[in-house]
Amino acid sequence: MSRLVFSRKPARFALARVAGAIMPGAGASVGPITVEPDKLLPLPTPEWVRLRPRLAGICGSDLAMIDGTASAYFDPLVSYPFTPGHEVVADVVTADGDGDGDGNGNRRVVLVPVLSCVTRGIDPLCPACAQGQINLCERVAFGHLEPGLQSGFCTDTGGGWSNEMIAHSSQLVDVPTDLSDEAAVLIEPTACAVHAAARYTGDETVILGAGTLGLLTLAAITATHKTDRRGPIVVTARYAEQKRLAKELGADVVCSTDELPRWVRSATKSLMVGDQLTCGARHVIDCVGSTDSLQQALQVVAPGGDVQVVGMPSNVSLELTSLWHREVAIRGSYAYTHPDFHTAIDVIRHHDLARLLSATYALSDYTDAIAHAASAGRRGAVKIAFDMRGK
Amino acid sequence: MPRPGFVLEVDRSTPSILFWRGENFSLEKLPAGRSRVIYPPEPLEALSDIDGAIRHALANPIDQDPLATQLFPGMKLTIAFDDVSLPLPKMRRPDVRQRVIEAVLDTAAQAGVDDVHIIAALGLHRRMHEYELRHALGDRIYDAFHDRGMLYQHDGEDHDNLSVIGTTDEGEVLEINKRAADSDLIVYVNINSVSMDGGWKSITTGLASYRSLSHHHNPETLENTKSLMGHRHQSALHTSVWRLGKVLRDNGPKIFQIETTLNTDMFPSPFEFINKREWEWTAKDRATFVGTTKSLNHTPIKLARKIFHGIEGPHQMTSVQAGETEAVHKITLEHVHRQQLMEVQGQTDILTMGIPFVSPYNPDGVMNPVLVMCMGLGYLFNMYRNKPLVREGGVVIMTHPCYRDFNPVHHPSYIDFFEQVLTDTTNPAEMSRKWEKQYAEDEWYRHLYRTGNAYHGVHPFYAWYWGAHGLQHAGKVIIVGGDPPTVRRLGFTPATTMDDAFEIASDVVGRSPTITHLHVPALLIADVQ
Repeated sequence: MSRLVFSRKPARFALARVAGAIMPGAGASVGPITVEPDKLLPLPTPEWVRLRPRLAGICGSDLAMIDGTASAYFDPLVSYPFTPGHEVVADVVTADGDGDGDGNGNRRVVLVPVLSCVTRGIDPLCPACAQGQINLCERVAFGHLEPGLQSGFCTDTGGGWSNEMIAHSSQLVDVPTDLSDEAAVLIEPTACAVHAAARYTGDETVILGAGTLGLLTLAAITATHKTDRRGPIVVTARYAEQKRLAKELGADVVCSTDELPRWVRSATKSLMVGDQLTCGARHVIDCVGSTDSLQQALQVVAPGGDVQVVGMPSNVSLELTSLWHREVAIRGSYAYTHPDFHTAIDVIRHHDLARLLSATYALSDYTDAIAHAASAGRRGAVKIAFDMRGK
Repeated sequence: MPRPGFVLEVDRSTPSILFWRGENFSLEKLPAGRSRVIYPPEPLEALSDIDGAIRHALANPIDQDPLATQLFPGMKLTIAFDDVSLPLPKMRRPDVRQRVIEAVLDTAAQAGVDDVHIIAALGLHRRMHEYELRHALGDRIYDAFHDRGMLYQHDGEDHDNLSVIGTTDEGEVLEINKRAADSDLIVYVNINSVSMDGGWKSITTGLASYRSLSHHHNPETLENTKSLMGHRHQSALHTSVWRLGKVLRDNGPKIFQIETTLNTDMFPSPFEFINKREWEWTAKDRATFVGTTKSLNHTPIKLARKIFHGIEGPHQMTSVQAGETEAVHKITLEHVHRQQLMEVQGQTDILTMGIPFVSPYNPDGVMNPVLVMCMGLGYLFNMYRNKPLVREGGVVIMTHPCYRDFNPVHHPSYIDFFEQVLTDTTNPAEMSRKWEKQYAEDEWYRHLYRTGNAYHGVHPFYAWYWGAHGLQHAGKVIIVGGDPPTVRRLGFTPATTMDDAFEIASDVVGRSPTITHLHVPALLIADVQ
C-alpha cells in the first residue's frame, strides 16, 4: 500500500455521514476512502517536482470530508479521486530518484498547499495573487490543473497521505536544519494561525476552542505580540490537557464555554441584558466554526467588534439580530500567504510547538489514526499525523 | 429546668454522633478514649408575655427616657431592623421584629408621629424578597408602609442617599443611610443570635456603605480578630466598630436601641432529633432519623433545599431590652451568654463540625462552596471565648457535599469569585490586593445588588475574610464527602469518609490526636480554659 485515495462515491459518502455522526472519525472505515497502490503522477511543467512525504498531518477539514460533514460548497473546488493531506513535510525527490532530506544537501521542505495562479500556469495572475494573497486566489478551479483549492484536494497533485506527490516549486518552503520533522509538520497549520493572528489588535480577545487551531492561534498571538497586549486573552477549552496547554501558551484566562460569558463580562466591565453582554470583547476568534460557537461569539463580542472565523464552518443557523443591532462584523480567515510560513517557523521555535504533535501512525493504520484525530481533545492529544519515514 | 452544656467523653459505649452534611445528615463513630463531643446548653425558657416584655422595655429603657417621651409630632423617625440573615432557620410567625416594630409604631402613633420610615438594615447583603419582608414584619406593616415608599431596604451604593457622620481617630469614615442620619431618632430593632451581633455593629454595618465597611471587613482586621464571639478586646473587628460607634454617638442622630435574644429551640417537629443528644434518642427519633436520611438520599437536591429552607424554627424570645446602645448591649450579651456560654477544658488537635444547609448568607438559597468555608472557618470555628477549640496548627474537619452549585440570583459575584479569584489565590490578603476593588466596583454587580436580590459584588470576599483567622490558625482543613475538585479549589483536602479524614489528619497531628466535635445545630460559645 502506498497512498490513501478519496473517491466520489455518493452511497459511501452517505454511509460515512451516518457513521461519523455516531462516532467522529468512523467515516474512515465505511466511507469512500481507500488504500491504493502508488501511482506515478505526471509533472505538469518543468517547474514541478516530486515529493516524498515524511510526515503529513490530519486536519479538521480532512476529518469533515471523511465524516461527510464538509459543505457542498467545496464540490466544485475539489477534483476526484484525490489523495488527502496538505500539512506536509517532505523530501524533494532529485533527478536520480533520491529524496532523503538528511541535511546532506538534499531539500527537506514543507508544502504551501494552496493551488493558486502560479501553480496553475495562469498568466496574468489574478488581482489577489498579484498582491501575494494566494489564499484569496480567484482561479483555484482553473488553469492546467483540475479544480482543487489545495494540494490534498486535487486529483492532479496527490496529497501528503502517500509516499509520493507532486508540487510546484513555488509551493516549497525549506525547513531549517534545526527543526525536527515533528516541528515541521506543524508549520502549515501554524501559518494558518499566524494569518489569523495578524488581525489581533491588542484589545481583549476571546479564542473559542483549544484544539490544534485554537492553540496555534493563541501561540501565534503571544509569540508575535509580546509588547502590545492591552486586554486579556480568554480561551475556551473543554479538556484538561487543552486547558493546560492554553495556559502554557500564554492565555490569561482559560475557561469552559459555559463560563465564558461571565469571564468576558467581568473582564470588560460589562452589564447584561438577558444573555447578551452589553459590552464584550473587541475581537473574538472562533476556532471551532459551529453554530454554537458562532452564536457564542456574537454573545460575547463588543458592539462594533469583530468575529473572526478561523475554524472551518459548514451549514450553521444563527440568530443575527445582535450582529445587526451592534454592528458586529464576521470575517473569515482562510489559509495564509508565503510570508506566514516564515513567521510560523519562528512561532514554532518560540513555543517549542513540536510537543503538540501527539501521535503518528503508519498509512496502513489510517482508521486508527483518523479515529484518534477525531477524538484528539478527549484523549488528551492535539495533532495526529501519518508517518511515512518507515517506508 | 434546661440542662447546661455538656462535654461528653467518648467511650466504647458512645453511640455514633450526628453530623450535618448540607441537606442531609450522617452518623459518625468517633474514636473512644480521645474524643469528646460538646453539646450546647438546652434552650432556656421563653418569656411568658413577649408583647408585655416589649412594651415594658420601651417604657423602661436603660440609660434613656421612655420611648414615648422621645417622640413628638413633626419628627423624623426611622426604624431600622436586622435583615433576613437571622435567625436561622427563619422564625415561626410572628417574627420578633414584627412584634417589636408594631409596638414601636403604636407608641409613635400615640405620640402623633407620622413621618416614619422603616428600613431593612442589610448592609451589603442581598435585598429581601417581598415574602421575606412580609414574614419578618407581618402583612399589616408591609401593606401599610411599603406601597407608600416608607418601607424599603438600605442601599449601600446609593451615594445620593448616604451621609458621612464623621471619622475616627484611626481615619475610619462612618458613612450611613442619609434618611437615618437625618432623623430625629433611629429605633434599631435587633435580633442577637450570636454574641458578635448587636451593639454599635447594628447601625455601623447594617446601614453603612462599602467605603465604611471596608475599614474593618478586611483580611488584616479579621486575621486579628482572635475571638469574634468572645471578649471585645480580642476582636479587631469589634474594636473598629466600637470606634465608629463613638463617632455615631458623638456626631450622629439619637439612637434608641432595642435588642432581643432568643433561645436555641431551633428545629420543630419532625426534626427535634437534631437538637437531642444521641444517647437520648427514642425509638421514634431513630426511626425519624433513618426515614429522613434515606428519603433525602433519594430527594432531588432542589426539593431537599426547599424542604429545609421551609423549616420555621420556634426561636422563643428570652429577653428584650431597650435604650442606650452600649448599656443595652451589655445586658444582651449577658442573656446570650446565659444561653450559649459553656466552659470547655483545653484545646484539641482535631475539631470536627457538620456544616448545615444554611448560613447567614444563603437564607432560601444555595450553600455554595465559598459559604461552606465561611460557615466552617468563619462561624463555627469562631464559636469560642478565650482561645479556639482547636490548637494552632491543628486540623479542622467538616462534613458537607460541597457541591459546585450557586444561586445566580443571590450570589452572582460568588460564581465569578469561585472561578476567577480562587483559581488564582486562596490567601485573603493577596485576593484583597489583587481582586477586591474590581469586584467591589463592578457595575453589573452593583446593579444586581441595588435592583435585584444579589449580595454586593464584594461580599464573597467578606465571606472569605470571615474565615481568615481560622485559615491562619488551622494546619489543615479537610472536608468529608465534598466534591473533590471543589474542595481542592477552596485550598482544602477532600476525604471520602471520616476515617479517611482522620488518616489524612495524622500527617499533621500524629496517630493519636485528641478530637473535639462541635455538635451542630444549637449555638454555643465554648469558653476554652
